Amino acid sequence: LDFNSLTIKQLHQGLVKKDYSALELTDFYLEQIKEKDGQIGAYLQVEPEVARTQAMQADKALQQGQDINLLTGIPGAIKDAIMVKGFKCTTASRTLENYQAPYDATSVAKLRESSAVFLGKTNLDEFAMGSSTERSALKKTVNPRDYSRVPGGTSGGSAAAVAGGECVFALGSDTGGSIRQPASFCGIVGLKPTYGAVSRYGLIAHASSLDQVGSMAKTVEDCEIVFNTIAGKDEKDSTSIDFKFQISNFKLKNIRIGIPKEYFAEGIEPEVREAVMGTIKKLEKEGTAVQEISLPHTKYALPCYYIISTSEASANLARFDGIRYGFSKGQDNLASIYTQSRGHGFGPEVKRRIMLGTFVLSSGYYDAYYLKAQKVRTLLKQDFARALEQVDFILTPVSPFPAFKLGEKVEDPLKMYLSDIYTISINLAGVPAMSLPCGQASDLPVGLQIVSKPFNEAGIFNLAKTIESLN
Amino acid sequence: VQIKDMIDKETVQHIARLARLELSQPETEKMQADLAEILGYIDMLNEIDTSNIEPTSHSIPLLNITRNDNPHFAEQETIESMLTQAPQRQENYYKVKEIL
Repeated sequence: LDFNSLTIKQLHQGLVKKDYSALELTDFYLEQIKEKDGQIGAYLQVEPEVARTQAMQADKALQQGQDINLLTGIPGAIKDAIMVKGFKCTTASRTLENYQAPYDATSVAKLRESSAVFLGKTNLDEFAMGSSTERSALKKTVNPRDYSRVPGGTSGGSAAAVAGGECVFALGSDTGGSIRQPASFCGIVGLKPTYGAVSRYGLIAHASSLDQVGSMAKTVEDCEIVFNTIAGKDEKDSTSIDFKFQISNFKLKNIRIGIPKEYFAEGIEPEVREAVMGTIKKLEKEGTAVQEISLPHTKYALPCYYIISTSEASANLARFDGIRYGFSKGQDNLASIYTQSRGHGFGPEVKRRIMLGTFVLSSGYYDAYYLKAQKVRTLLKQDFARALEQVDFILTPVSPFPAFKLGEKVEDPLKMYLSDIYTISINLAGVPAMSLPCGQASDLPVGLQIVSKPFNEAGIFNLAKTIESLN
Repeated sequence: VQIKDMIDKETVQHIARLARLELSQPETEKMQADLAEILGYIDMLNEIDTSNIEPTSHSIPLLNITRNDNPHFAEQETIESMLTQAPQRQENYYKVKEIL
């Protein structure tokens, strides 16, 4: 039985009917990992016995028919920036190479309460800073669709694990596109929830006003099931919010779609544009109202993002001091332990961002950079608020190009930053967005980005399911 | 003066001191070039007039959530799981080098 061809609901039915056990399902995936992960490199850590024990507990619940839900016994993978008690949490950094997570992240605790099974921890760019997973200090991950290409990043290990059939679903985190861009590059579904929809407790912080934990899976429905499990207010994250948003009677004829002209301007590969526009034409044929819109400050999003995200990162990463945990070096005095532990524990991209963030916050530059960027953020947020009064959804490409070659952009930081051009505004505005496979460019997957109003995840899932069924 | 010309070696060393980062000589040179390039790109923001715009620090309006400042005493198991990760400890304390 090829479990990889089944959805979570189908797997659940099989488990309930006892066609197979949760242990058999977990063993299937452990076997897949054993076979494929030597080449793909999605996982940083796999603990077969931990996973098998969880699967046996799920089987017990299934036997008794108690506390069962759709995720009971379903094996998933967790990005290694999100803490799972009993596993290391490295953020793919030398600094945290041996760090043992002392507790579960709230998103993970919620999955554990649902009796989901944790297969292991997936690779990422160090501290979730990058766009290709090549900035992992610990491992190389390739794109399962083409081993010569990057899986995208920073949740590249999670995307590769799902696309490579090495898990049913995965958790990722998204600060500027880190769920959507790898989902797009690997041809899977990934959701960056509304800021505040999912607790960030237990996610190792990169940029706190932008970070969100989200779900990645093969189908929209699977992605939705995982999102619904991890979402909700958490007293341990004061920025998480109680929300209820329901759309009744979703019909393509009743929705309005906006196409921002700035996202189809220069720089986009023609085949990517064709794949995205092809999907939009299909919706138009079904009676959906499509109109061109403008998000006039789009070109300022990237410089704005690199001021705000690095400022927050430089503050967040100040905690890595070589005293309480993590890599430690230096002998003489406290100051030398700080500078040497940080200087030798962090990789080049992390150091670059700490430096940039420290610079833009430093005396004499704060107003010109940090305050300026916060004001531009207001303009970007207003762009989305105005557009989403005219239309219900905004559709764009996730990335101007499909998965690029390993090594292609790694030497040029600015070139790497530019691969996030369509995803970062969404984090600055705090709105939800999904990457949905919508076709191919040069035989590589292309992702369609669906953006909507804050807390309209339900609407995004409805539209995405409809598009999925049209393809 | 263009911002990228202001990123000289001394500025890089000053920022590295503020960030408590030890950088080697080649790292300092590479950092100087990278920061100059990135800040040159970021300069684009000066095209926009933001004189009457309020800054946004968070995408959702938030109020501070407060609680009583009562001490919580952790279980020894939790304390152990934290302290065993420290390079140096003494009893239930982190041990640090001399400060001055």
